Amino acid sequence: MTEHEIEAHEAEADERTMFGFWVYLMTDLLMFAVLFAVYAVLHNNTSGGETGRELFKLPLALTETIILLTSSFTCGIAMIAARQRKKAQTLVWFGITFLLGLTFLTLELNEFASLIREGYTLQSNAFMSSFFVLVGTHGLHITLGLLWMAITLGYVIKRGLNGPLVRKLALVSLFWHFLDIVWIFIFTIVYLRAFL
Amino acid sequence: MQHFLIGNLKWSSLPHEWFTIAGTLTFVMLALVVIVVITYTKRWKWLWKEWLTSVDPKKIGIMYFIAGGAMLLRGGLDALMIWLQQSLSSGSSHGYLSSDHFQQIFTAHGNIMVFFVAMAFVFGLINYIVPLQIGARDLASPFMNTLGFWMFIGGIVMVNMFFVFGGQYAATGWLAVQPLAAKQFSPGTGVDYWVWSLMISGIGTTLGAINFIMTILKMRAPGMKLKMMPLFTWGSLCSMVMAVTIFPLLTATLFLVYFDRALGTHFFTTLGGGDPMMYTNLIWMWGHPEVYVLILPAFGVFSEVVSTFSRKPIASYTSAVWGMIGVSSLALSVWLHHFFTMGASADVDAFFGLMTMIIAVPTSVLVFNWIATMYKGKIRFETPMLWFMGFVSVFAIGGISGVMLAVPPADFQLHNSLFLVAHFHSTVIGGVLFGIFCAISYWFPKFTGIRLNQRIGKYAFWCWIVGFCMSFIPMYILGFLGASRRLDHYDSSTGWQPFFIMMLIGGLIIALGVALQLAQILASFIQKNRVSNDPWDGRTLEWAAASPPQFYNFTTIPEVTSRDAYLTMKQQGLPKPTYEDIHMPKSTSVGVYIAGFATLASFGFVWDIMWLVVISMIGILIVFVRRGYDEHSEYVLTAAEIQKLEEARAKKEKELPPVTDNETIEDMGIIELIRVVLSFFLDAIRNKRWRKA
Repeated sequence: MTEHEIEAHEAEADERTMFGFWVYLMTDLLMFAVLFAVYAVLHNNTSGGETGRELFKLPLALTETIILLTSSFTCGIAMIAARQRKKAQTLVWFGITFLLGLTFLTLELNEFASLIREGYTLQSNAFMSSFFVLVGTHGLHITLGLLWMAITLGYVIKRGLNGPLVRKLALVSLFWHFLDIVWIFIFTIVYLRAFL
Repeated sequence: MQHFLIGNLKWSSLPHEWFTIAGTLTFVMLALVVIVVITYTKRWKWLWKEWLTSVDPKKIGIMYFIAGGAMLLRGGLDALMIWLQQSLSSGSSHGYLSSDHFQQIFTAHGNIMVFFVAMAFVFGLINYIVPLQIGARDLASPFMNTLGFWMFIGGIVMVNMFFVFGGQYAATGWLAVQPLAAKQFSPGTGVDYWVWSLMISGIGTTLGAINFIMTILKMRAPGMKLKMMPLFTWGSLCSMVMAVTIFPLLTATLFLVYFDRALGTHFFTTLGGGDPMMYTNLIWMWGHPEVYVLILPAFGVFSEVVSTFSRKPIASYTSAVWGMIGVSSLALSVWLHHFFTMGASADVDAFFGLMTMIIAVPTSVLVFNWIATMYKGKIRFETPMLWFMGFVSVFAIGGISGVMLAVPPADFQLHNSLFLVAHFHSTVIGGVLFGIFCAISYWFPKFTGIRLNQRIGKYAFWCWIVGFCMSFIPMYILGFLGASRRLDHYDSSTGWQPFFIMMLIGGLIIALGVALQLAQILASFIQKNRVSNDPWDGRTLEWAAASPPQFYNFTTIPEVTSRDAYLTMKQQGLPKPTYEDIHMPKSTSVGVYIAGFATLASFGFVWDIMWLVVISMIGILIVFVRRGYDEHSEYVLTAAEIQKLEEARAKKEKELPPVTDNETIEDMGIIELIRVVLSFFLDAIRNKRWRKA
C-alpha cells in the first residue's frame, strides 16, 4: 500500500469523522432544545419566589458572554496555527482559550454559589430547577470541553503536532464554537429576557 | 458510613418474594449453564476474541439478535402472566398476582418489548445488512458500533437487575407517567431502574444511529447514488435520522426525571411549580416517533422481499422512497394524539388528529406499492412472503383502528381502553415483529450459508397468525365494551371473562409459534443444507457476498450502475475478482469496558452509591482517552492474505457444494426433529459421550 493510498484512506476517514461529529453536535443541540423548552415553560413558575429580574445580574452575564466569545475567537486563531503546523503558536492560543474558558467557568460557578448562599437552589421552585439545569448543563459541557482540550494539548506536547492530533483539535474547536452558540441562546433567553 | 458504602441497599433489598427468587434463580442457573459449557469446551478466549470484542458489524448484528431473542422470551413470559391474571381475576377471585406486581409486569413487558426486543432486532438487521447492501466493508466507526451495542446490553442488565437487588420494577406503565413516577408516589428503586436502563441503552442507540447515518451517507459503493440505494437501506436511513432526532429528547427527559427523584427538583412534580403534563409531552415527542423508528426498517424489509419473491422491481421506487420520507417527517408532529384528553383546546386536538390521519397516506402509498409489485409477478410463497402477507392483513387492521383513534371525539371514548392496546399491538406485532421474522427468514441463508427449514417455518407462521387473531380481536371487542387497559381485576357481571380466557389461549398459541421458530432454526442447523450465495435470485448487493460473508464483506468493492445492482451484475456477467490491500479495524475491548463502567455507574445512581459513580466515571474517562488517542486502531489486510482466504473458501465450497434447487429439498418435520434430538441425547447417555471430548 503506497503512501498516497494511505493518505487518501485517512482523508476519507477524516471527512467521515467530521460529518459524524456534526451529527453528534445536532443531537446535543436537541438535548439543549429540550432544556430550553422546559425553561420556557417553567420560568414563570416561581411558586411565589423571586423572578429572574430580581436574581440575575446582567453585567455579570454580559462579562461571561464577552469572555466566552473572545475564547471562541482565540480558538479560531489557534486552529489557523494548528493547520499550519505551528506548534508553539497553537499551544499558546489554545492555552489562552483554555484560560478564558476556565474564567468563564469560575464566574458561572461563582454565580451559582452566590445564588445558593442566598437560598435559591435547585429545589426552590420549578423556575430555579430549570435555570440551574439548563445553565449547569452548559457549564458541564464547558468543563468537558476544557478537559478534552487539555488532554489533546498534552498529547500535542508529547507527540508533536501530527495529522491525527490536528484533526482532534479541529473537533475540539468545533465543540467549543458550538458551546459558544448555545451560550448566546442562554444569554438571550435566560438573562436578557428577564430584563425585558 | 453504611450509606456511603452501600447507599440505600439493605438486607431487605435482596430477593425474598417468590418472583424475585424465581427470577434470580433462573438467571443464576442460566449463567451457570453458560459458564460450565464454555469452560468445558474451552471457549472463553474464543468468545472474548471472536465475538465480545469484535467490531465486525455482522457479528455485532448476530449478538443483537441473540439478545433480542432472549428478551423476546422474557417479555413474552410477562405477556402470558398478564393474560393469566386477567383471565382468572374476575368477581370474587383475585387471581394470583397482587395489583402492584401486576403493574410492574405490564411496565416491564412494554419496556422490554420496545427497547430490548424490537430495537435489538432492528439494530441487528441494520448492522448486518446495510453495509452489505451499500457495498461497504464496515461501518463508518466500528468502535462506536461496539460501544453502542454494549451500552444496549448494559440497558438489558439494568432492566433485569431488580430481580436481584431491590425486588421491584417501576409500576408506572412503560413510559412512567408523572406524577405517579415521582419519588413521593413511587418511593422504591423501580423507577430508577427504569430511568437508568433506558438511559444507557438510549445513549447506545444514539451512538448507533449516528454511525449508521455516517455509513449510509458516506460509504456507499462507487456509483451508488442516493436514488439507487436499496429500499431497506432507505428505510434504515429514514429510521436512523429519526432516531438521532428523538433519542436526545429521551435522554434529556430521563435526566430531568432522575433530578426530580434524586435531587428534589421541580420539573414534573405537582408542587413547586412543576408541570406533569410537560413530561407527557416530552416523553411522547420521543415515544411516538420511536414506533416509526422501528417500523421503517421493517417497511424496507417488505420492499426487498416483495420485489425479490415477485421477481419484479418494486412498482414505484420513487414513491416508495417518498412514502418512507413522508412517514418519517410526519411522525414527528403527531405525538399529542396520545393525550387528546389532556384538555388542550379543540384546535390543538384537531391539528394533531389531522396530522395523524395524514400519516396514513404515505403508509398506504407503501402498502399499495407492495401490492402493485405483486400484481402480475411470478410470486413464490416461501416463508418470507408469508410473513409479508400476514403483515399486510394484520397491519391493515392496526392502521385502520389507528385512524379511528386519531379522531379526537372517538378517542375520548377509546382512550386508555383495550381498543388502544389492541391497536398498537396490531401495528407493532403485525408490522415490526412480522417484519423482523420476514427479514430473518429472508436473510437466514446469508447469515449462515444454510437453508432455513421452510416446513416448520410455515407451521410457526400459522401459529402466530391464529394466535394473534385469537388474542387481539377479542381485545378490540373488549375495548368497545368498555374494558380499560391495565386491568388486574374486573366485576364478573361485565361478562368479560370468556374474552380474556380466549386471549390467554391465543397467547399460548403464539408461544407455540415461538417454540416452533426455535425448532425451525434448530432443524435447519441439524440438516445443514448448504445454499449458494444467492438462493432467492436476489437483486441487491448483499447477495453478491459469500454466505456467510467474509469478515471483509467483498474482495472487490462492486461498481454500481443501477438500482437492482446485483441483478444488473448477474445479467452483465459477474466481474472477475481482483485482490487489493484493505484497511480493517482491529477488535477492541474498549466498548465492553466503557459500557461495563456505565452500567456500574447506573447501579450507583439507582442505589445512591456515589463512590461507585465517581470511580466508574473516572474509569470511562481513562479508557476513552486511551482509545481516542490510539493511532493504531486499524491494520492492513494484504492482497495476498485475501487471496489465501478466498481460495480456502472456494475449496471448502467445492467439498460441500451448495444445493442448487430449493424445491427438491425435503425439509425436516417436527416429528423427525424430535426423533433426531432424542436419539442424540439417548446416544450421548448410552455411550457416555461427555466423558470423551
